[in-house]
Amino acid sequence: MQYIEPHGHMVSRVTDDYERMAIAGCEAICEPAFWAGFDRASAQGFYDYFRQITEYEPKRAARFGIRHYCWLCINPKEAEDMQLAEEVMDLIPQFLDRPGVLGIGEIGLNKNSRNELRIFEKHVQIAQDHGQLILVHTPHLEDKLKGTRLIVDALKNFSGIDPSRVIIDHVEEHTIDHVLDQGFWAGITLYPESKATPARAIDMFESRQGERIWMNSACDWGVSDPLAVPKTMQSMRLRGWSDEMVRKVAWENPATFMRQSGKFPL
Amino acid sequence: MPVRPVMSDMTTKWEPPQTVNLVDLGFMDARSKLIDLAAFLDRVERAGQQGDFRVQALRRAINCLETDKPGRAREVLLSFSDPSTEPIPQALTQGAVGAWKGE
Ligand SMILES: [Zn+2]
Repeated sequence: MQYIEPHGHMVSRVTDDYERMAIAGCEAICEPAFWAGFDRASAQGFYDYFRQITEYEPKRAARFGIRHYCWLCINPKEAEDMQLAEEVMDLIPQFLDRPGVLGIGEIGLNKNSRNELRIFEKHVQIAQDHGQLILVHTPHLEDKLKGTRLIVDALKNFSGIDPSRVIIDHVEEHTIDHVLDQGFWAGITLYPESKATPARAIDMFESRQGERIWMNSACDWGVSDPLAVPKTMQSMRLRGWSDEMVRKVAWENPATFMRQSGKFPL
Repeated sequence: MPVRPVMSDMTTKWEPPQTVNLVDLGFMDARSKLIDLAAFLDRVERAGQQGDFRVQALRRAINCLETDKPGRAREVLLSFSDPSTEPIPQALTQGAVGAWKGE
């Protein structure tokens, strides 16, 4: 069955992964800007990274019939250095009109520090000024609950930000209700040890009746599985889901959210 | 500024899944994870490492399973979480360890 991978860091994956994903039914991959596995030394490193995800990765994906889209920002792991963050944010507007750029992301918090929060708010301002969608990364493990609350509070302070144009990713059982109840979209990440397993993701979809939720593998530099979405679709069938409902969460939901960018044609 | 497209109202309405035997589907997996957890606690105790704050956090989290109400996964996650609400002055590390160490 066809599906969309709405969050994959393909710069960290081998070309064979594109092939495996295409065989599994993947039609589109969306790549949020994130950490590169190491801290970049200068804004120039980000300039090249933005070129990589706006120019080169779409070509690599196209060889397998997959459409590639991306999101731009400096991620919170590297946002403790305010000067670097400012320089990188100055680079973003020149890339926003490129055809595959869906919005600002994945911005958010990592250790819930003051500087991370300042840089998060500056990105939200860029999104508001340029009418962009927002994709938010929430912190890992013990930091997730606090970070998610801080993020929701900060977003609510922007009168020009419509929650239905913001997705807050990596939710788990203790954060999903807060995100959805405030009108935002929620992303569930399928990750081997942290975040969610297929079984837990399905539980969350069922308890919220599939509303405003997407699922992703967030495949990246860590141990992760680029086929986590189709494997979860298979688990959904074993859990009694109809093909129509599987399609709703694996295709219709991510497409509905991303079509708001005006650049996502599926 | 790009024009905001109209959000489609044509999304498929939710229909609940057919009833399946969830115990058939999940029991062996849950059993295996529980035995792994028990063996982990035995292992760290034999090595004298049961005082580690992460092991202590795990033991507190296990208490969340005793309840008769649903919401156990949420309670376990909450028990591992930093309950504070103010941003920290500065990020001194980049990673997280899975359990809140306390102030
Ligand atoms: Zn990511």
